[in-house]
Amino acid sequence: MSLYVDIKKRCGDFVLRVNFEADTDKEMFAILGASGCGKSLTLKCIAGIEKPDTGVIKLDDTVFFDSSKKINIPTRKRGIGYLFQDYALFPNMTVFQNIMCGANDKKVTKEYIEKFFLDGKENLYPAQLSGGQKQRVALARMLSQSPRLVMLDEPFSALDNYLKSQLEREVMNVMEAIGKGGIFVSHDRNEVYRLTDRIAVMDNGEIVDIQSKHGLFDAPKTLAATLLTGCKNITRLERREDGYYALDWCIMLYGLEDKRQAAKDFQYAGVRANFLETVDESEKDGEHVVECEILRVIEDTFSIVVLFTNKKSNEKTGYAVMTYELSKEKWEQIKDKPLYLKIPKDKLILMEG
Amino acid sequence: MDYSPLWISIKVASLATVFTFFLGILAARFVLSLGKIRFVVDGIFSLPMVLPPTVVGFFLLVLFGKNSTFGLLLMSMGLNVLFTWQGAVISAAVVSFPIMYRTSIGAFEQVDKNLLSAARTLGMSEVRLFFKVLMPVSWPGVAAAAILSFARALGEFGATIMLAGNIPGKTQTMSVAIYTAMQSGNRELAYRWVAIIMTISFLTIFLMNYWTSHQNKLLKGKRRRVY
Repeated sequence: MSLYVDIKKRCGDFVLRVNFEADTDKEMFAILGASGCGKSLTLKCIAGIEKPDTGVIKLDDTVFFDSSKKINIPTRKRGIGYLFQDYALFPNMTVFQNIMCGANDKKVTKEYIEKFFLDGKENLYPAQLSGGQKQRVALARMLSQSPRLVMLDEPFSALDNYLKSQLEREVMNVMEAIGKGGIFVSHDRNEVYRLTDRIAVMDNGEIVDIQSKHGLFDAPKTLAATLLTGCKNITRLERREDGYYALDWCIMLYGLEDKRQAAKDFQYAGVRANFLETVDESEKDGEHVVECEILRVIEDTFSIVVLFTNKKSNEKTGYAVMTYELSKEKWEQIKDKPLYLKIPKDKLILMEG
Repeated sequence: MDYSPLWISIKVASLATVFTFFLGILAARFVLSLGKIRFVVDGIFSLPMVLPPTVVGFFLLVLFGKNSTFGLLLMSMGLNVLFTWQGAVISAAVVSFPIMYRTSIGAFEQVDKNLLSAARTLGMSEVRLFFKVLMPVSWPGVAAAAILSFARALGEFGATIMLAGNIPGKTQTMSVAIYTAMQSGNRELAYRWVAIIMTISFLTIFLMNYWTSHQNKLLKGKRRRVY
């Protein structure tokens, strides 16, 4: 089943302009973006809860929305399973009645109650359930209507960490069991990485990058995507004769041209905090080596985070501040020596804009 | 002491509340579905609340009187509401309608939008959604609205005296009875009616508070963790 979305919607100053295609039979498709970037609005447009100004939404041959043909199928006829962030269980109905709303059949309802381990909870109200049970009821209710397309709207964002990983696994199991893909929306890059196959990165109402999750995390194409995938070290680039000069890191970067065939010059470069390599003082004049001035050392749960700038840099804020993340053991060995870090060429992320 | 004003008041207020209950909810649901003209319609529906009751009474008198087509039409069918207890019901209903309507709209708007969206994604029709989700979830607010409009209808004076007059045993409600007692210098009688009205009003509010907290408890439940 393939979903095609090409819509535009204006809400005051905010403009949503989305265009993508997803094969929701096989793949779990994610929309990753900071809060307020329009990712939930996109889902609501697909479900018919919100109406786009112009554009087309199609699921296989079924046209849900087409502004030029004045087609706008009401939500209830789109057959979309929508899992809301707060689950949106009807508080006035028992677990059984809630699932019945999706299933419309007592036998099917019973089947789903069993399938989702809700036996004995049929007559409880949502307020009497734990977070995990609520999610199971919501999943059962959504799936019991045999939806053509499943959409999950930040289902874990309101939960504490412990419950989160537990519920995440449950959703994974369920989605695997029904053997279907769907659309998943989140602002959490780790969640998205674990649960989905292909990722669209959204920034300020537009999709700025769209590729497989491995591709995206290895080589995001835009600055917004790089930041959203959690890259901490970013620099602006300036084209020089023999390479690029990293304006914020105050070093020359060589041999970037052969990394990717680029039509345009690169605007930004980035490197993840855990990919930096410590080098001996004797190599301090080597290529891509930064002599560090340590600003702050933060002890994290299982690692050490070092914030530093290049000694040559006059700036001590913004992109000039770089991050190096390493294990506690390693930090113990090197913490008393002056720190020299090498930026490995093959780990550099290059962005055109 | 003649207790007829008490029975007339209760009869009039109860009937008026029945009308406003359904009309208010219908109006609230209707206004919620409107687009840009919502504020105009909302203003018209809320008008009886801000207008002086005598002005409302005046309009009703004009509408139902023999100088209007509507009044003549009613009279040709043998229906006359002027100076009858039915007239009192109409004025009480009109004056208490905005309270029912506005409080219901507030209750409807407080319902989590996601609940309604969820119902729609599950294939529920708008009618089913209204009865199965919107009404039950906003029920504490709607019930409170009904009790408030009952209290307002019970205390209605201005529009009632204009449309239904002050006929003892026929259209004289409690609030009108107090006025009449004071006019004729019967302070003792006025005090009695004041005491009765205050008791009923207090009971109504007490009932409402009890009811809403009870309903809210039913709906939200005690937060109990069941693993």
